[in-house]
Amino acid sequence: MTNAAVFKDHDADRVVRMKWWTSRVAIYTALIVWAIVCLFPIYWTITTSFKLAPDVMRGNMVPWWDFTPRWKGWESLGISPRLIGEVSTVREEFLKRFWNSAIVATSASLLAVVLGSLAAYGLSRFNYRFGFMRNSDISFFFLSQMILPPVVLALPFLVLYRSLDLLDSQIGLILLYTLMVLPIVIWIMRDQFQGIPVELEEAALVDGLGIWGAFIQIVLPIALPGMVAAFILSLVLCWNEYFFAALLSSTNATTLPVMVASQTGSQGINWWSMAALSSAAILPLIIVAIFLEKYIIKGMAAGAVK
Amino acid sequence: MVWGAGLLCVGLAAWQMAFEMDRVGQGFGNWRPVLYAYILWATALCVSQVMIRGEAGKRTLFVLPAALFVISLVVFPLLFALYISFTDWNLASVDGPKPNGWANMVQMWNDQFYWNALKNMVYYVMAVSVEYVIAFGLALLLNAQIRARKFFRVVFLLPLMLSPVAVSWMIGKSMLEVRFGPISRLVRELGFEPSFFGSPEIARFMIMAMDAWTFIPFMMIMLLAGLQALPREVIEASKVDGASGWQSFKEVIFPLMLPVSVTAIVIRVIFKLKLADIIINVTSGGPGGATDSVTSFIFREYRDRSNVGYGTLLAMVYLVLIIIFVTLLLKLVSRWMERPA
Repeated sequence: MTNAAVFKDHDADRVVRMKWWTSRVAIYTALIVWAIVCLFPIYWTITTSFKLAPDVMRGNMVPWWDFTPRWKGWESLGISPRLIGEVSTVREEFLKRFWNSAIVATSASLLAVVLGSLAAYGLSRFNYRFGFMRNSDISFFFLSQMILPPVVLALPFLVLYRSLDLLDSQIGLILLYTLMVLPIVIWIMRDQFQGIPVELEEAALVDGLGIWGAFIQIVLPIALPGMVAAFILSLVLCWNEYFFAALLSSTNATTLPVMVASQTGSQGINWWSMAALSSAAILPLIIVAIFLEKYIIKGMAAGAVK
Repeated sequence: MVWGAGLLCVGLAAWQMAFEMDRVGQGFGNWRPVLYAYILWATALCVSQVMIRGEAGKRTLFVLPAALFVISLVVFPLLFALYISFTDWNLASVDGPKPNGWANMVQMWNDQFYWNALKNMVYYVMAVSVEYVIAFGLALLLNAQIRARKFFRVVFLLPLMLSPVAVSWMIGKSMLEVRFGPISRLVRELGFEPSFFGSPEIARFMIMAMDAWTFIPFMMIMLLAGLQALPREVIEASKVDGASGWQSFKEVIFPLMLPVSVTAIVIRVIFKLKLADIIINVTSGGPGGATDSVTSFIFREYRDRSNVGYGTLLAMVYLVLIIIFVTLLLKLVSRWMERPA
């Protein structure tokens, strides 16, 4: 009697358990497959930068097992244990591009975060009237910049910068990039500020702080994580920007993506040096992604969930 | 003070204009001074707001800098673009711009490649729906009860961080390389002859795939945020009521996710309309313009032919089309959302 009952239970249990296991296996298979899809190109690029020509042609993939890693690719950038102590023009060239990218991206993001946070704060707190423009119109005006395709601006800017002597200068790129990421920053920050209770500032005003005092001393510290998120997102976008950089810079202000692209076009690609250059261009952001992933996700989630 | 700075700015601009036209003997080598005068005027405007209007001015000061920045960098160039789009300006020629009326329009009307690029954009935008399905699937996976969730989240996020230019080398030029790229090898193992950028359809598909690879994480994260904000009770209630996994997804989760989905898709479409970097670097529009997006087409018009006037007209027409398209899309979406489900 009791035995039979136990067996029945056991049977049902097994069905449930089977189902659970199959779903587990399916989920993890899907996860791992997609992880490979995401990681393999990065893995391929980084390993290729340590390969020699025969290794590339034979399609060797695993370092130390089917090929010996060499510094050949990195030597073409002047970065390798052997060359690091010596003076190298290639390395200087590369570092110049690298710094251009870094300076342009950080200053543009910084400017965008400052301008954008101020505007977003104003729009989320006060009621404005500029002529016929109300708050919602102003917000729409800012956000509508997002749909502006870069081609439309590229040419007028080319001509404008030429007459302003800003062509091929970092300032020119910084201004354009700021313009490009500003709507995104405003979008994220408006969401952030709306999440902060107005009572906090009212209390600060009662205590004798001005509007700006309340903003700087009370609101800013609370909104700081959001600002970091917006900053990092803009940083990523600016670092990767190619279109404007390719059109508006030629020698001085060229950024890393332009350098990568110009190498691609040349005849007879040097696989190892291209791979090294690409790795160098993507590594900073991969590091950013690994350590600051929380902020990136926070920034992108800000607009999605209302 | 504002008026003074404004006058200075306008005066300098007029002087410089006159100098360029050889009316005045003395002038500056470039327009920089006008720019400085403009900045001075903008600062003066901001300061005066506070001084004249007091508290209200301080409030205006929050929005004013950004507004001035955007207006001066968008509205002015746009007006300028409108002007040059009706000229026959070629940067290589020394004459400078000359208005040529509707000639550019006529040229555009007969330009097969431009219409072809627009048609390609339709395909590219339609690819967003496939990306959406994959992104939703991944978001559901990440939202399931799994181990090492943080690891998978970071890994899935990585493609978004890579610059399209690097991606076009990493995947487009090296992994898809016909002789010894790993994907070509795999295809050959499977018994096909690899040729990724030979036929128009496959080339277009490869471009879509590369673009999808970079941008799926973007949609995925928005959808994941939406999933995590869902009220847990509703899903549990549907489980208690005996809904199977698929049923509870179709009847409960998907409808609740609609607003987030719409936001994600609209933003993705907007980004898609700017697609260019990968095309410029991998195929530069080939074979025969089959992969051209409007942006990459105009880019080549500028860079290779310096055809400023015509290219700008194309860009302006594209802008108008985009505005119409996005407005319609938003209207459609809002009407559809209001309809009781």
